Amino acid sequence: MDSHEATRSAIEAVWRIESPRLIAGLARITGDVGVAEELAQDALVIALEQWPVRGVPDGPGAWLMATAKHRAIDLVRRRARYDQKLREIGRDMEAQAQAPGEPDVDKMDDHIGDDLLRLIFIACHPILSTEARAALTLRLIGGLTTHEIARAFLAGEPAIAQRIVRAKRALAEAKVPFEIPAPGELAGRLGSVLEVIYLVFNEGYSATSGEDWIRPELCAEALRLGRLLAGLMPRQVEVHGLVALMELQASRIGARTGPAGEPVLLTDQDRRRWDRLLIRRGLAALARAERLDGAPGRYAVQAEIAACHARAASVEDTDWERIAALYVVLAHLTPSPVVELNRAVAVGMAFGPGKGLEIADALTGEAVLAGYAQLPAVRGDLLARLGRLGEARAEFTRAAALTGNERERALFRARAAECGPGDPDRADR
Amino acid sequence: MRYLMLLSGTSPESPPPPALFEAIMKLGGEASEAGVLLDTAGLLPSAAGARVTLAGGKVTVTDGPFTESKELVSYALYDLRSKEEAIEWAARFVKLHRDIWPGWEGQTDILQVMGPANGG
Repeated sequence: MDSHEATRSAIEAVWRIESPRLIAGLARITGDVGVAEELAQDALVIALEQWPVRGVPDGPGAWLMATAKHRAIDLVRRRARYDQKLREIGRDMEAQAQAPGEPDVDKMDDHIGDDLLRLIFIACHPILSTEARAALTLRLIGGLTTHEIARAFLAGEPAIAQRIVRAKRALAEAKVPFEIPAPGELAGRLGSVLEVIYLVFNEGYSATSGEDWIRPELCAEALRLGRLLAGLMPRQVEVHGLVALMELQASRIGARTGPAGEPVLLTDQDRRRWDRLLIRRGLAALARAERLDGAPGRYAVQAEIAACHARAASVEDTDWERIAALYVVLAHLTPSPVVELNRAVAVGMAFGPGKGLEIADALTGEAVLAGYAQLPAVRGDLLARLGRLGEARAEFTRAAALTGNERERALFRARAAECGPGDPDRADR
Repeated sequence: MRYLMLLSGTSPESPPPPALFEAIMKLGGEASEAGVLLDTAGLLPSAAGARVTLAGGKVTVTDGPFTESKELVSYALYDLRSKEEAIEWAARFVKLHRDIWPGWEGQTDILQVMGPANGG
């Protein structure tokens, strides 16, 4: 790496650390997230021009902040002059009432925590689609480039760029205020934020398409977002619940794939490969959630389930009865056939495959699960454990046909093969 | 990607000013809130530790202090996107020593931890 390239990498690193705070502070001054991001980008461009020549300043974060502030002052002054001109030529008498004052930029970094929180709530605003929220959040809070976001979602760069531009425009047109939601709407708005973070995590944890089973860097991104949010909203049970859930699930990443990248199911994982640090952090986050007032929601309950696995030394040691009971609670909070299917797995472990199969069989008519590979996969597993190998093989074969993930397909095919040779005419039933 | 940072240094005659601990706590708080600092702690002087050595098939135990000129001071475990980010956090930490504790000299060694992304 030559010195220019090294400087460029250093600038990018500072940018990633500082950009959310920059954009948040600027959004408060300008009232527009899109404008704030442009101003912050301007500061980055100036840094990219000056630093390779003059050297990286001693406090690069403060330098970026000061430069961005100057851009904001210029912008607000230009707008004020524009409004002044309008008044002078008497075309818009109302403009006077709305003329902006001089921005109080010295206070720009006094409210960074609040501003960051406002920025998160705006990026995850319910007027935006979930995909748009995720892209905007990764861009504004995660500091990712369009290229990186496109790679994360296996989408084209132009499509992601357009998604972000449209989202910013939608926010500006709706005049969404740069505010933390009022107490009455906080729960709903927070739900929208948590949903986005967990979507990003899951996109990395069980990639729904493509050849990689896990994209750990995307999980890490979601974890950082979750931890950031937990620091900003320390009194919210579900924020800690989500962080706990993600830390605990991420602790298994190293054990979830075999040497050739093939998926290894929870019950077959080498638990010595689980990340003890993430387990410790996850259990600590869960304990924080439990100490707070307020009922645990979907994330805290799922974290409780993940904690049952994390605490168990082996599959046999796992408190499957508690997990089955927690799935009842979860089904109450978020009724869904997928939750019910997971309950079937837990009941199958706690009370025998026959009991699990009863629950799974009741789900075969569910329209939402019609193309869902996990339903035949779970049924296949329960049937195999009951010794009904022919039926199990057919279920695994069906699961292999349904999944969009190559690694998972290979796993299901292998499990079908384990059930012994079948009638070839029935293989693709 | 995970990075282990090992800070070592030689302390001047003057004791560390209280403002140093304040500043360390503040920077650590920022890194924790940003979701990137996973774990950190200070280390007691090596006089409180020991070294177990294997050489020529023989295991020997030596009590501290170790004879190195610099003492390990602290460790920190970060979750970051790049080595450059690790360098930036380490630089902030070292600059804070420079600004608050004149005479202190030291270094931070940055080591990447093996993980799922690199075969660990």
